[in-house]
Amino acid sequence: MATKGAVVLETRSLTMRFGGVVAVDNVDFELREGELRCLIGPNGAGKSTFFKCLTGQLLPTAGDVLIQDRSMLGEPPCRIAAAGIGVKTQTPSLFNGLTAREHIALAVERHHGRDTAAARIDEVIDRFNLGDLGRRLVGELAHGQRQRVEIAMVVAADPWLVLLDEPAAGMTHEEVDRMVALIHEINRNATMIIVEHDMQFIRMIGDQVTVFHQGAILIEDHVEVVLSDARVREVYLGA
Amino acid sequence: MPDSARNRHILVAAIGLLILFGLPVVVDLVTLLEISIYVVYAILGLSLGFIWGYGGILCFGQAAFFGLGAYTYAVTAINVGESTGPFLLAILLPLVFAALLGAMMFYGRISDVYMGVITLVVTLILFKFINSTANETWIVGKARLGGFNGIPAFPTLNVPGDPGALLDPEQFFYVAMVFLLLVYFGLHWLMTTRFGRVVVAIRENEVRAELLGYDIRLYKTAVFAIGGGIGGLAGALFANWGNFVSPGLFSLAQSATIIIWVIVGGLGTMIGPVVGAVLIQYITTLLGQQGVINNAFVLGGILVLFVLLLPKGLMPTLGQLLTRLRRAPRRPARRSAEQAEGGRDGH
Ligand SMILES: Nc1ncnc2c1ncn2[C@@H]1O[C@H](COP(=O)(O)OP(=O)(O)O)[C@@H](O)[C@H]1O
Ligand SMILES: [Mg+2]
Repeated sequence: MATKGAVVLETRSLTMRFGGVVAVDNVDFELREGELRCLIGPNGAGKSTFFKCLTGQLLPTAGDVLIQDRSMLGEPPCRIAAAGIGVKTQTPSLFNGLTAREHIALAVERHHGRDTAAARIDEVIDRFNLGDLGRRLVGELAHGQRQRVEIAMVVAADPWLVLLDEPAAGMTHEEVDRMVALIHEINRNATMIIVEHDMQFIRMIGDQVTVFHQGAILIEDHVEVVLSDARVREVYLGA
Repeated sequence: MPDSARNRHILVAAIGLLILFGLPVVVDLVTLLEISIYVVYAILGLSLGFIWGYGGILCFGQAAFFGLGAYTYAVTAINVGESTGPFLLAILLPLVFAALLGAMMFYGRISDVYMGVITLVVTLILFKFINSTANETWIVGKARLGGFNGIPAFPTLNVPGDPGALLDPEQFFYVAMVFLLLVYFGLHWLMTTRFGRVVVAIRENEVRAELLGYDIRLYKTAVFAIGGGIGGLAGALFANWGNFVSPGLFSLAQSATIIIWVIVGGLGTMIGPVVGAVLIQYITTLLGQQGVINNAFVLGGILVLFVLLLPKGLMPTLGQLLTRLRRAPRRPARRSAEQAEGGRDGH
């Protein structure tokens, strides 16, 4: 995507401390409309913590989070989500007592009226090939199928901003390929942040990359530049 | 709705209607009156079963809503001299009270443990307060609160709009039983709506539900309020059953008893709390007629036994057993064939 729009998400001096651990350290970050941004860094770099500050799951120790120029500080996750932001957390999380179809329904029904919801649910079920899985409880599904339900849930809510924390974790090669294609497809209608620590995956997505190291931004550039950067190699090999 | 759920509903409805219309024919009036109180307790059990089993909110103060419903009915009935208004108020007031208490807890983001403590303390405060109103000065309109003496008499249920037409014990049984069926199927219906689906989602995974944009505080408050209203309904019926209310309704012992019903019958089901309430109260009544063992010991013993041996409670365990029995005919056949084969190869 050559032309990038206005800044839609911004953090100012964002800091998150857990006791003595500074998980996110004074981060200034900007994301423009239409971007597909990868957030990478070794385990423990603070990616998920940064992510949770964006989604409202964590209240930052200091600094500010702005979405479309409005401070979201202290807003509960439901408000942030209701502003049109789709989130997939790092740990798989579904509702075990519900069927795959009910999951999609939950995502769709929050902002669709009764009349349009059913059609939209069917559409999502079709698009993610959940047809025959729809009736089964998600607890009975295989790992890959469960992940498909999770992503389908995110997309079902028609978000304009999509935040995915390690969407390819534990996937097979084919599943990863499909996920990359899906991410590009979602990006046609939504601005995205993908958190990932797997370099291979980042290379396949190939766009703007922000590298986290010890809670701070180490470097921010195009994927090719970042991957050939000596500091990045050192951080990854050292970790 | 899955077939198994539909079959279960049909079975419960059939048994319910059979009890509703059959029991008054086959038992005498004294027994019917005794059974009526089990029906009231079943409604009370459902109120906690819903809050705890479906909303995931452990409430140590369900007795507060029960007592509030009973007292609201008694006090208002004395003042207005008929039953319809007081009865509705006895549902509404505990509902609003639960909504306020719930909003305070859920919007305050209080942890589960403190929520337990708060519901416990609120019950304790109400109990102490009502107990301390024996003095002549505690009067609401024409009604004396009576403190530890309770309120001994007030107008009981009449045909709506006709204060002269009081319900007799048989009619009271019908009313209680119809309310039980309404609450039972009403809650089941509620769980099939969008609202119900969100409630289940919140119970299963609060964070995920919130990240989908659902305000879990609002939903939990609503669940708590509904449970409070149903507790109030049980209280109003209780007041009518004995034509007597006392501070004991608010007691922690009462709250604990309701929790035991739900654990014994089965958390996370609607039928569990109903069966648990009836069963435990029946056992309690039986024990009450002898003086050898203390009731509290037996109840405590039953609770410990269930927690250790049947942690899921009676009804879920029974359900699993039935499913296994239904599948059984095929499995032993296959196993015996394998055994026969093993025998041939091995020896
Ligand atoms: N809830 C928490 N409490 C205490 N420490 C935490 C918590 N969450 C994360 N941390 C710490 O913050 C640091 C960053 O963790 P995280 O954001 O999960 O890293 P990443 O996602 O990049 O692997 C780690 O040192 C981790 O141990
Ligand atoms: Mg992480």
